[in-house]
Amino acid sequence: MSQVIGVPRETAAGEKRVATVPEVVEKLIKLGFRVALQSGAGDAANFSDDAYRAAGAEIVDGAAKLWAASDIVFKVRGPSAEEIGLMREGGTLVSFIWPAQNPDLLKQLAAKRATVLAMDSVPRISRAQKLDALSSMANIAGYRAVIEAAHHFGRFFTGQITAAGKVPPAKVFVIGAGVAGLAAIGAASGLGAIVRANDTRPEVGDQVKSMGGEFVTVDYQEEGAGVGGYAKVMSEGFLKAQAAVFARQAKEVDIIITTALIPGKPAPKLISAEMVRSMKPGSIIVDMAAEQGGNCELTEPHKVVVKDGVTIIGYSDLPSRLSKQSSTLYATNLFRLTEELCKAKDGVINVNMEDEVIRGTTVVKEGNVTWPPPAPKLSAPPPAAAKPSAAPAAKGHGHGAAITSTSTTSAALFFVAALAFWFIGAYAPAAFLAHFTVFVLACFVGYMVVWNVTPALHTPLMSVTNAISSIIAIGALVQVAPPMMENAAGGGARPELWILGLAVAGIGLTAINMFGGFAVTQRMLEMFRK
Amino acid sequence: MSATLATVSYIGATILFILSLGGLSNPESSRRGNLYGIIGMTIAVLATVFGPNVTAAGIPWIIGAMLVGGSIGIYASRVVKMTQMPELVALMHSLVGLAAMLVGFANYIDPAATGEFKGAEKTIHELEIYLGILIGAITFSGSVIAFGKLSGKISGKPMLLPARHWLNLAGLLVVIWFGWRFINTHSVADGMTPLVVMTVIALLFGIHMVMAIGGADMPVVISMLNSYSGWAAAATGFMLSNDLLIVTGALVGSSGAILSYIMCRAMNRHFLAVIAGGFGTEGGAPTAPGGAPPAGEVVAVTAAETAELLRESKNVIIVPGYGMAVAQAQHAVYEITRHLREKGVTVRFGIHPVAGRMPGHMNVLLAEARVPYDIVLEMDELNEDFPQTDVAIVIGANDIVNPSAQDDPASPIAGMPVLEVWKARTSIVMKRSMASGYAGVDNPLFYKDNNRMLFGDAKKMLDEILVALKA
Repeated sequence: MSQVIGVPRETAAGEKRVATVPEVVEKLIKLGFRVALQSGAGDAANFSDDAYRAAGAEIVDGAAKLWAASDIVFKVRGPSAEEIGLMREGGTLVSFIWPAQNPDLLKQLAAKRATVLAMDSVPRISRAQKLDALSSMANIAGYRAVIEAAHHFGRFFTGQITAAGKVPPAKVFVIGAGVAGLAAIGAASGLGAIVRANDTRPEVGDQVKSMGGEFVTVDYQEEGAGVGGYAKVMSEGFLKAQAAVFARQAKEVDIIITTALIPGKPAPKLISAEMVRSMKPGSIIVDMAAEQGGNCELTEPHKVVVKDGVTIIGYSDLPSRLSKQSSTLYATNLFRLTEELCKAKDGVINVNMEDEVIRGTTVVKEGNVTWPPPAPKLSAPPPAAAKPSAAPAAKGHGHGAAITSTSTTSAALFFVAALAFWFIGAYAPAAFLAHFTVFVLACFVGYMVVWNVTPALHTPLMSVTNAISSIIAIGALVQVAPPMMENAAGGGARPELWILGLAVAGIGLTAINMFGGFAVTQRMLEMFRK
Repeated sequence: MSATLATVSYIGATILFILSLGGLSNPESSRRGNLYGIIGMTIAVLATVFGPNVTAAGIPWIIGAMLVGGSIGIYASRVVKMTQMPELVALMHSLVGLAAMLVGFANYIDPAATGEFKGAEKTIHELEIYLGILIGAITFSGSVIAFGKLSGKISGKPMLLPARHWLNLAGLLVVIWFGWRFINTHSVADGMTPLVVMTVIALLFGIHMVMAIGGADMPVVISMLNSYSGWAAAATGFMLSNDLLIVTGALVGSSGAILSYIMCRAMNRHFLAVIAGGFGTEGGAPTAPGGAPPAGEVVAVTAAETAELLRESKNVIIVPGYGMAVAQAQHAVYEITRHLREKGVTVRFGIHPVAGRMPGHMNVLLAEARVPYDIVLEMDELNEDFPQTDVAIVIGANDIVNPSAQDDPASPIAGMPVLEVWKARTSIVMKRSMASGYAGVDNPLFYKDNNRMLFGDAKKMLDEILVALKA
């Protein structure tokens, strides 16, 4: 018997999102579920009941009927007390819960013997990225933060030279280069602004650059990456150095967007009232941490205020302001979670607590509070560990790079070489030494010459050395018909026929190489052109 | 021609050979370099033929042999496809090895050549013969197997005999033992047995060595055999007391050795580990211990979507691999490149040192397709530029773009320098299937958010992209 997924209309004031969209309804039905939707649930996000009906959802009038009909309820915001009352005993709920901030909510849900999966508690491991609703919402929020800033900002973002004069580009400073911060950097640089960004985790510098921003570092040695890819609380010394950097940026830039959050803690106060005063009149601060207390001292949550000529935007519903987009992404995240819950595709969910992702997401299991989950594993080993092994290999091609052995091995090599030379010098006859000298010098000449060969020509190099090594033909040539030696001391007749046969075969073989090698090299080199 | 004149000619030839290799430092001077090589060789051969060591009776034989061999060589060089270059080169190495063997044997049975040595000189001379034949035989059989593997006549998989290191060691000891006996014999007939036994062992050793080496390690093997063919020539030079052979052999030998070294470094492997054969048989476990399979999803795209992406980009880097050679797709790649460049898109090629089956293989293929060489860059030259790149297209390559070489210390390819295509805004991997690369390592690149997979035959897909681009 397939289970019914119910999607009620969001009840929180100003919430425009909806937990599923028609496109996703079809996919959920393919997984074997039935989908019920409260009439008008998608209106605020511009999805009509008809569109849902066309995708195969059943439209139910009124919240009470919907909650009663649903085995599983998909929501955006956590349920209100009233909604918990409507909830079916032993039912399943998937929504944002914020369990750390709402312990009472957990208790009420547990009392209903419910199973609750919190979309804000999805573990930050790479496998769970596709159902990470926080990231997809943060991405939207970051974009919207820039749009809100642009809306209140009295100038262009991009620099222009117009007939009416020169317009300097806007300067944007983004604090915190997480998902939201990076999205903001991308959106702002896309509009043409000069974007700078800071983060306590130095390793995100590359990501900042890849989004078109400039990474501003705080000159203080401390590693800011905490468990699970989030930032952690920093030391006092660091905070001072950081404040100095922010104060300097505040004087220079037109727009500050703050996204700094530390999990389970109030947002750090990074922009002081004094810094706000130092900003140019008409500047904008978008405080994306407003709901958690704000990164700016003067932020008023949910509101736009003007202080000392600086507009401070404290909206906490940025994703909801892009309701169609955020509903679509959130619905997809939920669908991915459903896939994880229903691997058999038979329309029945299985909350498998052995699965790391599901374990982390589940905050109440059949009436038992299971939050907080065991600590997640590190998302990536510290990069420092991998570096030493890669460093020698990263060296460029060149003379010096060839010698990478340690001093002990080179000392040993030197010793062996010295021994070998002594041995040869002590026992070898003079004629051999002359040839040996030539040989050693030629090796060095070859070494020097070949290091200069450009890698692009390595194949021609091989074919030309191949052709040249057919010089061995000389060995065969001198054997074909040497002048007769009367004093053949070794005795016995010269096995003419054998030697001639071997030598002629040798000449033939090397001739293939000689002619073929040079010809094919020529053919290849002809092709290299600009 | 007098002996001194011949010697001076040899010196001239030596210089020309060095200039010939020196000319390869850039494509401009390379054609002249090849010409120097040809002139040097001509001088060397003429000086020998008309020198004091060849009488008129031999000239018809020489001309006959040269004509036959030369025509085969020229014919082969005309018909060979650029994708078959590795095979041709391997085959030619085997010829050098075989010739060194023949010359060695001929020299040994020639009383005129051996008769005049006494005492230590005789020992050294016999040692030179022994070594010359040994190296020649290994080069010969090893190159024949390499040819077989490259042309697909022999499976590219490493064939690993049990206790293969012990087999090799035993072979080495037997060779040394017979070498000792060989030096202590007094007549040619007595010496022939150890010499033949050694030759057989050397041939088997060459076969065994290359059989144990897998397909993608071929660049190392080919350069190593290149090096051996040089040392074989040098050993022959010692045997004949001929400085020209010694110098040339040493040049070729060190050239091959350097190439082997570059190839090994590009795979972050020790030369000995490659020669010992087999990937993943020693060292790191195939998957990271305790690590989950790469997270994320594989997103496939169509040729039309790829064309769309290309059209909207300003900066494109193409990373070709062996798959491009197999699919003969280099011409289609060029057509796309030309089209994009006409549209003002910056297109460049990123070549990993071990892409393909021999050093510089990709460069030759792209040159054949008339891609200008100044947009074909080395890995080190453009690896920094990926973050500013809109689209990176990987054609038939896998391990050389595997991010786990950098991120995952437990990976068998950890530490190998790779092209950082995942740093591009979008990367597109053209591949026939999801099969893992030669190293047998899963490639997390395929699962990255900004990566797209274009499944299918490279040639066919590229043609479709081109059609879509022109539409």
